[in-house]
Amino acid sequence: MSIDIDTARRVAKLARIRVAEERLPALAEEFNAVLGFIEQLGEVDVEGVEPMTSVTPQRLYRRSDGVTDGNQQDKILKNAPDAREGFFAVPKVVE
Amino acid sequence: MLDHLEFTSPEPKTIAGATDDWELVIGMEIHAQVASKAKLFSGASTQFGNEPNANVAFVDAAMPGMLPVINEYCVEQAVRTGLGLKAQINLFSAFDRKNYFYPDLPQGYQISQLYHPIVGEGEVIVDMAPGVARLVRIERIHLEQDAGKSIHDMDPNMSFVDLNRTGVALMEIVSRPDIRGPEEAAAYVLKMRQILRYLGTCDGNMQNGNMRADVNVSVCRKGQYEKFAATGDFSHLGTRCEIKNMNSTRFIQLAIDYEARRQIAILEDGGEIDQETRLYDADKNETRSMRSKEEAHDYRYFPDPDLLPLEIEQAWVDDIKASLPELPDDKKARFVRDFGLSEYDAGVLTADTANAAFFEGVAAGTDGKLAANWVINELFGRLKKDDAEIENSPVSPAQLGGIVKLIKAGDISGKIAKDLFEIVYTEGGDPAEIVEARGMKQVTDTGAIEAAVDAVIADNPAQVEKAKANPKLAGWFVGQVMKSTGGKANPAAVNALVMQKLGL
Repeated sequence: MSIDIDTARRVAKLARIRVAEERLPALAEEFNAVLGFIEQLGEVDVEGVEPMTSVTPQRLYRRSDGVTDGNQQDKILKNAPDAREGFFAVPKVVE
Repeated sequence: MLDHLEFTSPEPKTIAGATDDWELVIGMEIHAQVASKAKLFSGASTQFGNEPNANVAFVDAAMPGMLPVINEYCVEQAVRTGLGLKAQINLFSAFDRKNYFYPDLPQGYQISQLYHPIVGEGEVIVDMAPGVARLVRIERIHLEQDAGKSIHDMDPNMSFVDLNRTGVALMEIVSRPDIRGPEEAAAYVLKMRQILRYLGTCDGNMQNGNMRADVNVSVCRKGQYEKFAATGDFSHLGTRCEIKNMNSTRFIQLAIDYEARRQIAILEDGGEIDQETRLYDADKNETRSMRSKEEAHDYRYFPDPDLLPLEIEQAWVDDIKASLPELPDDKKARFVRDFGLSEYDAGVLTADTANAAFFEGVAAGTDGKLAANWVINELFGRLKKDDAEIENSPVSPAQLGGIVKLIKAGDISGKIAKDLFEIVYTEGGDPAEIVEARGMKQVTDTGAIEAAVDAVIADNPAQVEKAKANPKLAGWFVGQVMKSTGGKANPAAVNALVMQKLGL
């Protein structure tokens, strides 16, 4: 798998990270180095091996259905660049 | 025992284009909000209508370092829904991240189940008319998070975001493309709503957006669908468009009809359909492309590293199964079988559990058919007039059952029964006691009726002559006798005596 400049630009856009045009070739190259490293893992024979999802054998922890959180509008909005009347206020997004 | 009534499939809807007849092919994704107190991965409330951003935990706001912890009750409701749709329950399922960027989704991804959904294949019988229904196959149900709500009309330059709904548990119920017309699509949504409400897993409130549907619509020429059905090869079908976020069965029908005609016009002009997401505009009755979503379709799914796979035990599934209520199809079949009701009446009475339970209370120990008539025609009609719900009915099942028993025993006539119903409805009281106390009992004593008949005949010699010439006029005497006895005479006995006395 190889990442070209167009792909690098697209990935940056999807992740909403601004990357200057002149930095894209270097970024694509870095991606390729990382992917090349990961591709080495593909050489391992994993035929018949169950995927490991946890280091220690454990069951997904469950919560019961009780309201234990919330009612902290001020804290939730504290880091918002802009907030009005209890809402986050963001640049207009319209379909 | 058969758990549903026999049925045949309806004809698919056909739309005539300029040159060809076209058939519709529809698949649906229903998003049903789980009726839980807390969210899927946080302890914040799901209560509708609270102050903006009051139902928000740090997890929902995607604060750094916060981790999701699954709500077991939500898992149980998904399993319960799956069992209610006679579906495969997957003891192993897992959560994935669906990445997209939107202000009402602060994580930048929705936690969903793409690769390993909790529920697999099931089915729903969608009733269209007595004896006619469409079997719609369910492909899967997965658990996922809802997004927040953006409000665009409070400020000219800003959108306002409320995260109260962010992270609320949704069940996405995905159907196969088995729905063949706008009416079937609406009926499918209503049947799903009915089943969810029976199960108690979703309140089905479409107005609040607790149940909404994405509708996939394509059109094909006659014969193509059968080729698809035989092979499973989608290339026999047309390219589909997805109409997003519909929460009204009326608009679903209008949107499908518009969308099908739009596609037919393009195809007959030699054009091609672009597979895309569209929005329905109810004011203009049209669908239009959501171009802004095009790039968002690259969701870059991957397993969520914050959540271990969800492994459940068969014994737990069995326990949930044992606790399922009687479902609509079973109940309807039982009402037809045990009470001798028509499928139509059984369908009306099983529309929701409150109606069904009320009817069973009325029918207990008496004639089911008669009970059904009184519940549907008299009680529902009267409640509708008062804009009241069955839960607030001033007449209890026992009271209405009492009226039905009096009719069945021949103690009161049908006409008197209506008066009695009105008294019980407005004043309350025990029907049998009211009948006794107010002398409403039907006169079955032939002597008394005979006297009344004789009196009417003696008073109307001219009518007697006319009736002898034209026997159809005998009904006039029956009416007069009923009037003179205050409606309490047994009509059949009156009729027999009138005929006999007039020598007809």
